Amino acid sequence: MRYDIRLSIGNDYGAPSDHARTLVRLLPSDLPGRQIVSSRLLTVDPVPNERYETTDFFGNAATVLVFHAPIDRIDLTLRARVERLLQPSILDLSPDLAGLAAELAAHRSLGPGAPHHYTGPSPRIAPDPAITDFARSVVPPGSTALQAVETLGQALHAQMRFDAEATDVDTTPSEAFANRHGVCQDFSHVMIAGLRALGVPAGYVSGFLRTVPPPGQPRLEGADAMHAWVSAWCGAENGWVEYDPTNACTVNQDHITVACGRDYSDVSPVRGTLRTSGEQDSHQKVDVVPL
Amino acid sequence: MTGSARLHPQASASLLADYTVQPGVADELFAPDGAIRPVWVPFMNQLARLSPEDIAAHFTRGDQYLRDAGVFYRQYSADPQQERDWPLSHIPVILHEDEWSEICAGLSQRADLLERVVADLYGAANLVRDGHLPPDLVAQNPEWHRPLVGVTPASGHFLHFLAFEIGRSPDGSWLVLGDRTQAPSGAGFALENRMATARIFPEPFPRANIRRLAGFFRAFRNAMDALPGADGRRTAILTPGPGNDTYFEHTYIARYLGLVLLEGEDLIVQNGAVQVRTVSGPQPVGVLWRRLDAAYADPLELNQNSQIGTPGLVDAIRQSNVNMVNALGSGILETRAFMAFLPKIAEVLLGEPLQLPNIATWWCGQPSERAYVKENADQMLIGQALSRALPFDIGADAALAGAFRGGQDQPLDAWIDANAAGLVGQEAVTLSTTPAWSDGRLVPRPMTVRVMAARTPQGWTFLPGGYARIGRSDDATALPMQQGGSVADVWVMRDHPVPEETLFDPGNFRREDIGALPSRAADNLYWLGRYVERTEGAIRLLRAYHQRLAEAGNAADTRLTRIADLLGGLSIDVNLPLQAALEPALGAARICAGKVRDRFSVDGWAALADLTSSLQALSGTLRPGDDCARALGVLLRKITGFNGLVHENMHRTSGWRFLTFGRAIERADGAAAVLLAFAGDEIAPGLPDVALEYGDSNITHQRRYRIDPTPDTVTDLMVLDANNPRAVLFQLTAMRRIAQDLPSAEVEGRVSPVLRALLPLEAGLVVADPADITADRLVDLRRALSDISGRLAAAYLV
Repeated sequence: MRYDIRLSIGNDYGAPSDHARTLVRLLPSDLPGRQIVSSRLLTVDPVPNERYETTDFFGNAATVLVFHAPIDRIDLTLRARVERLLQPSILDLSPDLAGLAAELAAHRSLGPGAPHHYTGPSPRIAPDPAITDFARSVVPPGSTALQAVETLGQALHAQMRFDAEATDVDTTPSEAFANRHGVCQDFSHVMIAGLRALGVPAGYVSGFLRTVPPPGQPRLEGADAMHAWVSAWCGAENGWVEYDPTNACTVNQDHITVACGRDYSDVSPVRGTLRTSGEQDSHQKVDVVPL
Repeated sequence: MTGSARLHPQASASLLADYTVQPGVADELFAPDGAIRPVWVPFMNQLARLSPEDIAAHFTRGDQYLRDAGVFYRQYSADPQQERDWPLSHIPVILHEDEWSEICAGLSQRADLLERVVADLYGAANLVRDGHLPPDLVAQNPEWHRPLVGVTPASGHFLHFLAFEIGRSPDGSWLVLGDRTQAPSGAGFALENRMATARIFPEPFPRANIRRLAGFFRAFRNAMDALPGADGRRTAILTPGPGNDTYFEHTYIARYLGLVLLEGEDLIVQNGAVQVRTVSGPQPVGVLWRRLDAAYADPLELNQNSQIGTPGLVDAIRQSNVNMVNALGSGILETRAFMAFLPKIAEVLLGEPLQLPNIATWWCGQPSERAYVKENADQMLIGQALSRALPFDIGADAALAGAFRGGQDQPLDAWIDANAAGLVGQEAVTLSTTPAWSDGRLVPRPMTVRVMAARTPQGWTFLPGGYARIGRSDDATALPMQQGGSVADVWVMRDHPVPEETLFDPGNFRREDIGALPSRAADNLYWLGRYVERTEGAIRLLRAYHQRLAEAGNAADTRLTRIADLLGGLSIDVNLPLQAALEPALGAARICAGKVRDRFSVDGWAALADLTSSLQALSGTLRPGDDCARALGVLLRKITGFNGLVHENMHRTSGWRFLTFGRAIERADGAAAVLLAFAGDEIAPGLPDVALEYGDSNITHQRRYRIDPTPDTVTDLMVLDANNPRAVLFQLTAMRRIAQDLPSAEVEGRVSPVLRALLPLEAGLVVADPADITADRLVDLRRALSDISGRLAAAYLV
């Protein structure tokens, strides 16, 4: 399935901010066997004094923008054409949770895809007793890793209500879970916390959803803005499996990946530092049109 | 020491009467056979010759030195500003140079090993691939910073300055207890320990045989200056700021080595290069000796919540445009659990065993190790695997000798099983004891020695002594200063006198370019000048009130209530206790001064501290009137003392200019404000007196005008007199002269924005008559001064 993606995202600052430096993670990349990017273009307004592309630890494309003079707003526009390749349905070859621990211990690597990065607390996800208890209560002992992912994802989808207004970008997984509501970021953070508590390495994926559903199917939640879902390591055989708890589905051709990391902090689309005292106001608009 | 040295009988008789070495414990003073170690004999004999009163007097001398020098550390507590006196244990620890050399050889090997390990962890990660280090101890480690993975330091080395905490085990051998690789503290305190013990024990022998410390610092400074790309760029110390527990040391080393002291906000990264914002614009920085933990160094790529970092620093490092001492990410080597794997890694990477073993450590993430820890829990300290604290820094989430330190309600074995990968067991070491002074005698106290190491082109060099931690009781876990332990000098003794050393290369004179003043320092100096002047003005006005109160004897007197009202308009409440009335301005001055402590003299700092403590010592029971007037007189003399020290002795660099500009603008504004308040239409009799008193100009007025003060004479003297240092015009002229000496005062024939505002203001007063100085004119004058302050800030201070 091929898509034309258009995203505009911007910040207005109450007062001109000095020496702004911004790290942008918006460019989708090729993913072998999953995703082919035929074009991608990021435009920035105002034009920065310095701009260069890098790749971060997790392999995500990152764009550094530096403004030498004060700015009072920044507007970013992404245009990309991306093809998502059809994934075969997953055959569950994953070990049970005890077996997963043994496979994890035998995995000796610190590379970006190594599961060890995704087992413990990360900047935005601390262990939470309520989420741990919930995960243990819904995932039966003896489940395979893949079963655990799907069971927990479905249970969260059933328990939590999608509410675009109830939370913000700084809401913790504990708060979102306690109130049983949130957006894709909250669903994903809570699910990651639950999977890690079960011993399943889990990370955070940011990207896009197709805006208009295929004929006869409902519109997916979270399509008006950037989306997020979960990637879980299900052992040496199955490897990384992606699951979208906001829509209770495994990830296939409707999702377009931009970046992955341990949690939102590793993939935040626009990370900036400003010396400003004013309020910030941000806006975002996404169109993902199948060709 | 030569064998001829014998212990003075007095030493054993009185000093050592209660000195009992516990069985199974090594001691620094006594060898295992019960004989005093020869290296201690000259010192003990010197001590024995002193009477108890002499000893007390000597110790006081050392303490006095430390207080005068302003040595302090900060206790992390509810009050972040709380400073503690440096807890010097007056009796040094004495080690023979031969033993010291062996320690240094072992630590040199260890330093090389640590460099290899950290290079691997940020490079190929072969240690993990080959199973020599469990991946979780790296991937879960908060000090493994992913943005730095794959980045080779510009200098080619991660580690340049290290500290090792070592202790002596019961069999007499030395043991490494902890590696300090992030931002080790102690070198500056070691120097101060030495300065203090030099005052306590000034006699030439055994002093002449103690190895000197200065050479180490010279070697390290030269090594930093020789790093690639350091040439022509600045070498700076990067501090987290005055809130840090060892901030004193940062300012001290900066002064001692002539390095600029910077905070994260002083730096900007442009075009991949690190630059310091100065009053002359951005200037390049080549080397940052950081005292800031890596996580806080760059909010863009590391801890996003850091308020004390520099956005883009990681980028500059990635582009090899700045040398970090030590590399960001080196802190991972401090991880407790690494101690379990380093002995094996030494054999793998170096092909040889550790010359100096580290404390025996078992990581509970491995099944057999976990079983061993459980079986031997009663002889172990069990704590957090990823903790970077030293073994004797025991938190509540740890167990010592089989018992929890904090209240835990689960059985030890269950706790270990539940948290296995997060825990390590470490052998509960019994540290050696060393003499400490307690109630007129020597008692044995546990100790550890901190050894500082610096990389030079010739290899690792070590600070010979200077720093040991001494426990406050027999309990080896009470060592850290935060728990009431103390610190002692360490003397490394030769058998023969050592040559004098200084910080400077002999015969290598050059006048260093001290570089432009960082904008933040200029800002703090400017406001220090303003707040001190503001405090002085408040003291003068309050004194004028209380003197009149003493004369009138009745606060309800209409003249007094009128003065009180007018002072109220200047935000001075005569009914407040003096402390409360003066503290806002003086407190602000102190905060500014604390941020530029490296920039003015120890005496200047002491004078400000003295002023503060005098103010705090004023009792709340001071009676309004005479009592208060007299107390204010004392404060006035002290603040004048501070001004004198600073203005007479401070080098006429741009730092002095901003301080003085701040004082001048505040004084001009203060005079205008007082005149405005007191020179209204209905002037109460005697009120101009107060204005004159504020301006310290009574006598001049009497001589010059030979009449009682009138609004015109007061205005003439306080505004228009170019020769009266209290007059507005005088201060405007002073400001103009300073502004002409500031950077970019004139660019291509155009004067700076500050001068553009100042020149017409000054000229206007030069040609004015007293009658021209109306209330409106004074209001305009004050507004213009505020505008000048804004122009100064925009041009130089941000």
